[in-house]
Amino acid sequence: MAERGTQEVRPFLAKWALVAVPYLWSLLFFLAPFLIIFKISLSQTAIAMPPYLPVIGSLGDLWTKLSDFTFDNYIFLTEDPLYYSAYLSSLRIAFVSTVLLLIVGYPIAYGMARAPKSLRNALVMAVILPFWTSFLIRVYAWIGILKPEGLITIALQALGILGPGEQIHVYNTETAVFIGIVYSYLPFMVLPLYAALEKLDATLLEAAADLGCPPTKSFWVITFPLSLPGVVAGCFLCFIPIVGEFVIPDLLGGSETLMIGKTLWAEFFNNRDWPVSSAVAVVLLIILVVPIVIFQNQQKKA
Amino acid sequence: MIEAVGPIKRKFAPWDDPTLKPFIRFENVTKRFGDFTAVDNLTLDIYEREFFALLGPSGCGKTTLMRMLAGFEQPTEGRILLDGKDLSGIPPYKRPVNMMFQSYALFPHMTVEGNIAFGLKQEGMDTSNINTRVAEMLELVKLEKFAKRKPHQLSGGQRQRVALARSLAKRPKVLLLDEPLGALDKKLREETQFELMDIQMELGMTFLIVTHDQEEAMTVSDRIAVMNHGVIAQIGTASQIYEQPASRYVADFVGDINLIDGTVSAVEGGVATLHCAGVDATIVAEAGPGEVAVGAEAGFAIRPEKVQISLEAPPAGTPNVLSGEVWDIGYLGDISVYRVRLAGGSIVKATVANLTRIVERPITWEDKVYLTWPADAGVILLK
Repeated sequence: MAERGTQEVRPFLAKWALVAVPYLWSLLFFLAPFLIIFKISLSQTAIAMPPYLPVIGSLGDLWTKLSDFTFDNYIFLTEDPLYYSAYLSSLRIAFVSTVLLLIVGYPIAYGMARAPKSLRNALVMAVILPFWTSFLIRVYAWIGILKPEGLITIALQALGILGPGEQIHVYNTETAVFIGIVYSYLPFMVLPLYAALEKLDATLLEAAADLGCPPTKSFWVITFPLSLPGVVAGCFLCFIPIVGEFVIPDLLGGSETLMIGKTLWAEFFNNRDWPVSSAVAVVLLIILVVPIVIFQNQQKKA
Repeated sequence: MIEAVGPIKRKFAPWDDPTLKPFIRFENVTKRFGDFTAVDNLTLDIYEREFFALLGPSGCGKTTLMRMLAGFEQPTEGRILLDGKDLSGIPPYKRPVNMMFQSYALFPHMTVEGNIAFGLKQEGMDTSNINTRVAEMLELVKLEKFAKRKPHQLSGGQRQRVALARSLAKRPKVLLLDEPLGALDKKLREETQFELMDIQMELGMTFLIVTHDQEEAMTVSDRIAVMNHGVIAQIGTASQIYEQPASRYVADFVGDINLIDGTVSAVEGGVATLHCAGVDATIVAEAGPGEVAVGAEAGFAIRPEKVQISLEAPPAGTPNVLSGEVWDIGYLGDISVYRVRLAGGSIVKATVANLTRIVERPITWEDKVYLTWPADAGVILLK
C-alpha cells in the first residue's frame, strides 16, 4: 500500500506544480503590483521621496498608520469632471475604433481564409510583418503622412485634387487617432478572425447552397455566426488595450483628444500626484475587468 | 431477362421500357480539372423513382458526376437534364435536388430542428408548416427526442440521421447521397441500408447514391453503374453486374473472382473453349461480351461460391475439372474459403457454405482436391 501511495503522490505533486506556475506568475506580476498601486491610491501626496504618505516600513507600521489611509483620491475623481469625461471619451474612442477595426479586419481575414492554402502562411506573415518595426517608429511615421505638409497633402496636390496652397488637416484631430489605432491594432483583430474563419468547413456553405440559400445570405446565417468566437476575441483583444492607449492619442491626437491614458500620464509626470494617478489606474482596471470577465465566459463557451 | 432481386423490386424496371423518358440525363458529359479528366464523355440515364448507385474506386469520377448534378461543379462539355430541363447555368440553390454530404455538413450552431428546418426556411414556408414538416422528418428518422440538441451532442449514427432528414425535408425531386453510410460501423450500416430503401419507397423519390462499397450498392439500389477512370464500365442490376460482368475490371471490382488465363481455341454458338496452358486444362464456358475469337487472349472468370470442391475425382470425361492441393483455409463462420493451389502454382478460391456445425473438416490442408462447376457458372472474358 505504501509503495502504491508514493507512486500516486508524485504525479499528483507534479500536476499541482505545473498548475501553480501560471498562478505564481499572475501573483508576482499582476496581483502584487496591483496591490502596491492600490495602496498608493489610498495615500496622500507629499513633497517627499517617494511623493506620498504614509510610507509603510514594517508590518507594525501598517497597523499604526492605518488611519492615514483615505479614499479621498477616489472622491476627488468623482468631483472633477475632467476624469469622468476622460473615461467616457476613452471608452467611446475604444468602442468606435473596435467597430472600425472589425469592419476593416473582417474582409481581410475573410480574404486570407479563402486564399489558396499555399498563400495563406505568406499572408499571415504579411499581417505580422509590421511588428518587426518598433511601434513608436510606426506611429511617428503616421505624423509624416498626416501632417498638413505631409505625404497625403503632397499626393493630393500632385493629383490636382488640392490646390497648391491647400492642405489636409487631419493631424492633431480625433480622426488621426482613429487612423493610428486602426493601423496599429489591425493584426490583433485580423489574426483571431482569421483563425476562426480558416477553421470553417467549406462544405457547410455547399450544404447551405444545396438547401436553397444563396451565397450572400449564407454568409450571414452560416459564416458570420460561426466566426463569432473570433469576432469576440478580436474585439476584446483590441478594445481593452485601446481604452488605456497613451502613445497614439499623445502623438497623433494633440491637445484635442482626451483619453484616460494621457490624463494618467499628466497626473503622474506633470503633477507628480502619485496617489491620484494610482486611483485613476485602479478605476480604469475595474472598468476593464467587466469586459474581461465577459470575454473569458465567452471563451469558455467556445 | 431480369432476375428477381426482391419481392418489391420485381416489376420495377423502367429502364427496359422504351416509352419512358429518363428523369435525369447526363449527355456526353466531360469534366476536366486542369490536365486531369475526371469524367470522360459520359452518357447516363436515370429514371424516376429509381434507386441508382454510382460505384467505383476513389478517383473514378463518381463524386464529380454527383457534384455536377448538385451544381457545385460545371461540366466542361456536355449537359445535364433533369426532367427534360437543361440544368446548365442554374446555381445549386435553385436546383430541385438535395444532397446528403459524406461529412454530413450539419450546421454546428443550430439544433437538430434548426438544421432540418433550414431548407424549408429558405423556401419561405410559414412557421406552422415548417414545424409540421420538421416533426414528420424527426419521426421518419426516429429522432423525436433529440430535436433540441446540437450536432456535437449526438452520436455518429444520429448525426447521419439528421443529415438524411435535412436533405429529405424539402421533398426534393432527387436525393443525392455521397457515401452516406461510410462513417458508420458495419452493423449500423446494414440496418441503415434497409431503412434507406424503405424511406425511398415510402417517399417515392429518385435516389442517387455514390459509394465505393459494392455490398452497399448491391443492397440498396435498383441499378448500379460501375465506374472506372471517368467512364462507365457497366450499368445493370446488382445481379447483372455480379453474374454477367461485362469486363474483367467489373468482375474483379464487384465481388470476389477467380481468373484463369488462356487462349481461345474454339468458339461455337456463344460457347468458347479456352486452352489454359498455365494450369494445363481446357475450359469450356459461355463467351462474354466483346470479340471472343479463336486465338484471342482471354480469361475464365468464375465466382468462388460457384466452384465445388471435392476429394473424389469426378468420372472420367467430365469437362471443366481442375485439380490441386489445399493451400489455405479461411473459416469465416458462415462460409469457409479454400485456396487451392493448381499444378502451375496459381491459386483458385472456392467457398463452401457451412450448413452444419462442423467440428472437423472433411477437407483439410494439403489434401488433393478436384474443382468442378456447373457448365454455365463462369464466363470467358477478354483481357
